[in-house]
Amino acid sequence: MNKIAVIDYGMGNLHSVAKAVEHVGRELGEEIEVLVTPDPDLIASADRVIFPGVGAIRDCMAEIKRLNVGKIVAEAMQSKPVLAICVGMQALMKSSEENGGIDCLGFMDGEVRYFDDNLIDVKNSRLKVPHMGWNEVTQTQDHPLWKDVPQNSRFYFVHSYYVQTSNADLVTGKTNYGTDIVAALAADNIFATQFHPEKSQTAGLSLLKNFLQWDGNA
Amino acid sequence: MALAKRIIPCLDCDNGRVVKGVKFLDIRDAGDPVEISKRYCDAGADEITFLDITASHEGRDTTVATVEAIAGQVFIPLTVGGGIRTLEDIRTMLNAGADKVAINTAAVINPEFVCEAAERFGSQCIVVAVDAKQVSAEGEELKWEIFTHGGRKPTGIDTIEWVKRMVNYGAGEILLTSMDRDGTKIGFDLPLTKAVSNAVRVPIIASGGVGTLQHLVDGVLEGEADAVLAASIFHFGEFSVEEAKHYMAEKGIEIRI
Repeated sequence: MNKIAVIDYGMGNLHSVAKAVEHVGRELGEEIEVLVTPDPDLIASADRVIFPGVGAIRDCMAEIKRLNVGKIVAEAMQSKPVLAICVGMQALMKSSEENGGIDCLGFMDGEVRYFDDNLIDVKNSRLKVPHMGWNEVTQTQDHPLWKDVPQNSRFYFVHSYYVQTSNADLVTGKTNYGTDIVAALAADNIFATQFHPEKSQTAGLSLLKNFLQWDGNA
Repeated sequence: MALAKRIIPCLDCDNGRVVKGVKFLDIRDAGDPVEISKRYCDAGADEITFLDITASHEGRDTTVATVEAIAGQVFIPLTVGGGIRTLEDIRTMLNAGADKVAINTAAVINPEFVCEAAERFGSQCIVVAVDAKQVSAEGEELKWEIFTHGGRKPTGIDTIEWVKRMVNYGAGEILLTSMDRDGTKIGFDLPLTKAVSNAVRVPIIASGGVGTLQHLVDGVLEGEADAVLAASIFHFGEFSVEEAKHYMAEKGIEIRI
C-alpha cells in the first residue's frame, strides 16, 4: 500500500490533486490510498506527501503558521518524497513580494517576485497576468520525476508571482513568460513545481506517476 | 517558447445532457457530458467549460454529480458556470472537482460577491462571465451593455467599465460572450473582444459566434483573445478540436499540439 497525504490547510482545491493521484495509481495497478488531511499524525504515517497551495500567499502563510504546517513539511522533507505545487512551492522560499512582502518558510533558497506591470514577449506583445495556460518547460537537469516526460512539454500554469533563485543547482525546469522563471525545483527528496501537474494531462500525469514511484533520491 | 493560446470547448448542460441553443432557443440534444469531455480532452482541448442551464433545484444535484464524473476523468482545467450565486455554491463546485467557477448574474446583482469569492478561494479560480450586446447605433462610438438572465435582461452597465471593475474586485479571467453573435456562426464580435482584452490585465476568453476555424484565428489575432471558446462546431462534429488546433498553428498562433 502506497499512502499519499495531501496536506489540507484550507487553501483551495485539493480534490483535483487527489483525483489525479488516484487515477495514476489505478493506471499503475498499484494499491494506493490518498489522504486529504491537516492531521500531522496521518501525514507522518504517509509514504509520500503533497504540499499544494493556491490563492494569496498572505492567507496561505497565515494558515500554514496557524496549523503548524511548516513543521509538518519540514519533518516530511527529512524522511520521504515530497511534492510541492504552485503556491506550495512558493511557500518553501525565503520570502514573497505578494501582499506587500511576506516571509515564507525559507526551506529553499529563493524569492517570489511579481511579474512586471508592463510585461512583454519577444515580439513586443503585451503579456497578461496571471500567467495562465499551457507553457513549455525546459528540463534543465535530469531527475527521476522527468522520466517519460518529453523535453519542452507543455504544462498548465496559473500564477501572478514567480520564483527566482540564485542557486542554479536547485532548478530542474524553467519556462519563459516575459522573463525566465523557475518551473521546477528539486533538492534531496523534495520536488516542487510552479505548474499544476494534476491539470497538465499526459505530461502532468507522467510526473505524478513518477512521484508515486520515486524513492526520494535524485 | 511561449504561452499557448487556449481552445476551450464549452458544454451547455441541461439536466445532465449537453445541449446547445441558437440564440438561447431551439435547443438540440448533443449527448453525454462526461463522454464528450473525455473525447475533447483526448483531442487536445486545453480546458473544458461546463455551463449549467438547468433551471430546477433537483437538477442542480445532477449537475454536481456530472461535474464530479468529468473531474474524475479529465485532467485539464475545468470551469463550471451557471447558477453560481453564493460562496457555498462555489465551494460545492470546487469540491466536486471544478478548478474555476464562472460568475455572471450574481456579480451584477451584488458586485461585492466577486470580492468575497476571490478573497475566499483566490482569484485564480474566479472567472467573471459577461454577456455583452452592442447598444451604440451605426456611426456612433462603439458601446456594449451587460445583459443578464441568458441575455434577456438589460442592466444599463457599460461592458468596458464593468470588466475593469470586476478585475479590480479580483476576477482572474473574463469569459466574454457577445449576445449579438451567440449561436449565429458568423464569428466573434472582434471590436468588442479587442476592447475588453485591452481594457484589463487578466486573460480574456472570447465566446459567441464561432462557425468556422478561421473565426477562432480571428478571435486571437484580431480580437486579441487569450483563449477561444466554442460549442456547436465541436458538438455536432463539424470540426474536431484537433483540426482546430492544427488550423490555428498553421496560421502562426502558438498552440499546444
